[in-house]
Amino acid sequence: MAAVWAFVEQDGDQPTTLGLELLAKARQLGEVTAILLGPGSEAVFAALGEHGASSVLHLDAGDRLPAGPAAAALAERAKSDPPALILFGQAYNDRDIAGRLAARLGVGVLSNASNVRLAGGGVETEHEILGGTQVATASASQGPYIVLIRPQSFVAEATGGGIPPVERLDPPDMGQAEARITESHVEEREGPQLSEASIVVSGGRGLGAPEAYQLVEQLGKQLGAATGATRAIVDAGWVPYAKQVGQTGKTVKPDVYIACGISGAMQHLVGMKDSKTIIAINKDPDAPIFTIADLGVIGDVHKVLPKLIEALQSR
Amino acid sequence: MKVVVCVKQIPDPATPYRLEEGNNWLIRPEEQILDDTDRYGVEMGLQLAQASEGTVTLVSMGPAGNGQGIRQALAMGADKAILVEDNTLRGSDALTTARVLAAAIEKEEFDLVIAGTESTDGYSGVVPQMLAEILGVPALTYATKVETADGAVTIHRQTASGYDVVSSSLPAVVSVTAGVVEPRYPTFKGIMDAKKKPVDAFSIGDLGAERAPEQLVLSITAAPERAGGNKVEDDGEAHLAIVSLLEDRKVI
Repeated sequence: MAAVWAFVEQDGDQPTTLGLELLAKARQLGEVTAILLGPGSEAVFAALGEHGASSVLHLDAGDRLPAGPAAAALAERAKSDPPALILFGQAYNDRDIAGRLAARLGVGVLSNASNVRLAGGGVETEHEILGGTQVATASASQGPYIVLIRPQSFVAEATGGGIPPVERLDPPDMGQAEARITESHVEEREGPQLSEASIVVSGGRGLGAPEAYQLVEQLGKQLGAATGATRAIVDAGWVPYAKQVGQTGKTVKPDVYIACGISGAMQHLVGMKDSKTIIAINKDPDAPIFTIADLGVIGDVHKVLPKLIEALQSR
Repeated sequence: MKVVVCVKQIPDPATPYRLEEGNNWLIRPEEQILDDTDRYGVEMGLQLAQASEGTVTLVSMGPAGNGQGIRQALAMGADKAILVEDNTLRGSDALTTARVLAAAIEKEEFDLVIAGTESTDGYSGVVPQMLAEILGVPALTYATKVETADGAVTIHRQTASGYDVVSSSLPAVVSVTAGVVEPRYPTFKGIMDAKKKPVDAFSIGDLGAERAPEQLVLSITAAPERAGGNKVEDDGEAHLAIVSLLEDRKVI
């Protein structure tokens, strides 16, 4: 069986959902070693076992920005006992560690993959390109293959394994070349996380002005939804980068996605087109978003949204 | 302070992207534009350099074409550009790109390298980190705020739940998110001056950079199409259609 490493970050006393999604795929492909980044705990190790990890490489970077030291420790370990495949998620620390690890090992990274296979000693990955209209199948010529998987590509599922053996990897001292985290700020967020919400309400340029994003927030609050945004209004500074849904941003697959004043640029569609139900409100009857919407309302968001919010409030 | 900003010329995202027959590489027209993502990095670099009477050097890899994208960044106020253009670099992956950029940057003295978080056309999202690894410096990534003082850099780093304050000594690589600063528009004088600013061209051979192991696009297939297209014109009551669909989907 091929050796497959899957990167998992610890969030509180549990692995992140993204990490568990990677474990679900990894156990289809081979013998799974989870790379755990975080302080570690009995509960988190047990969860990794339940999700198919037969061993754990545990990295705790403390207050150091993890990429440099984690990549150095993983590269040493990978050189002495190379896995066939290393899976990371398309997320902040994942990207940082994967990039530095790849540069250390002298191999490439297959980014933004929505699927991965091992066959005949080689790797094949699938990537949604051109706004999700096409699927590219790609390969790399030299392992260990490092693949970044988009969130929600696979479904996390416990299989009931026991607590796996844990090997602690000590991140080496990087000397001067080290970044440290001096403070952490948690921003107040109403409602669920964007990537885990069952309803997402997003806004785009059609809102006209940053203040109008309040309509998106009000509707989101009313529905218990997460709120998202297009790249256009993130670039314009109306909302933070963390809210960006799309190719360069988050992938969401909620039960219902409500696109408010979003024309449907390819950049955006790739991040939300797999939502179960899509509702779009836009003034332009020819907006591309309407071609994928289950319900398209040709109208002004400034008129439709207040009425919709009121109708929901009075229920 | 000597600031290097990585920039990329890309086909205008407002035009449909097409792939070359056979190798499936993105077709790059003669006229490409500065990736919007890079305007934030250029602006950040200019502000930091201006505060310290420093310089901003642009480093870019890819077909030069008519160089319009590079001129856009020079017109904003950067001092000069280094362009690595080489036919053998077509279809390069992130690691080859990072090695080439690192080799070009090493020709300069630098305190700070700034890059966007990911390009709009390739969006692998790992070049800044690879670059830092090859240069042997820290990468402070996903910055929503950047400050430098006393040979150190401090950023606000975007996280899933908020932001971290992260610091390191210089030299370092910083990747910036959109909105880190408000990019300026080039002035008429800036546009005229840009025409006279030096753009040095190198090949991969000049730099002695080594290509990464090859990555291949094996095939391209059409993704399953999503059926949609039920449209209603808002006559003042369209919100009721939305309420009824939300009820039907049992989310309210």
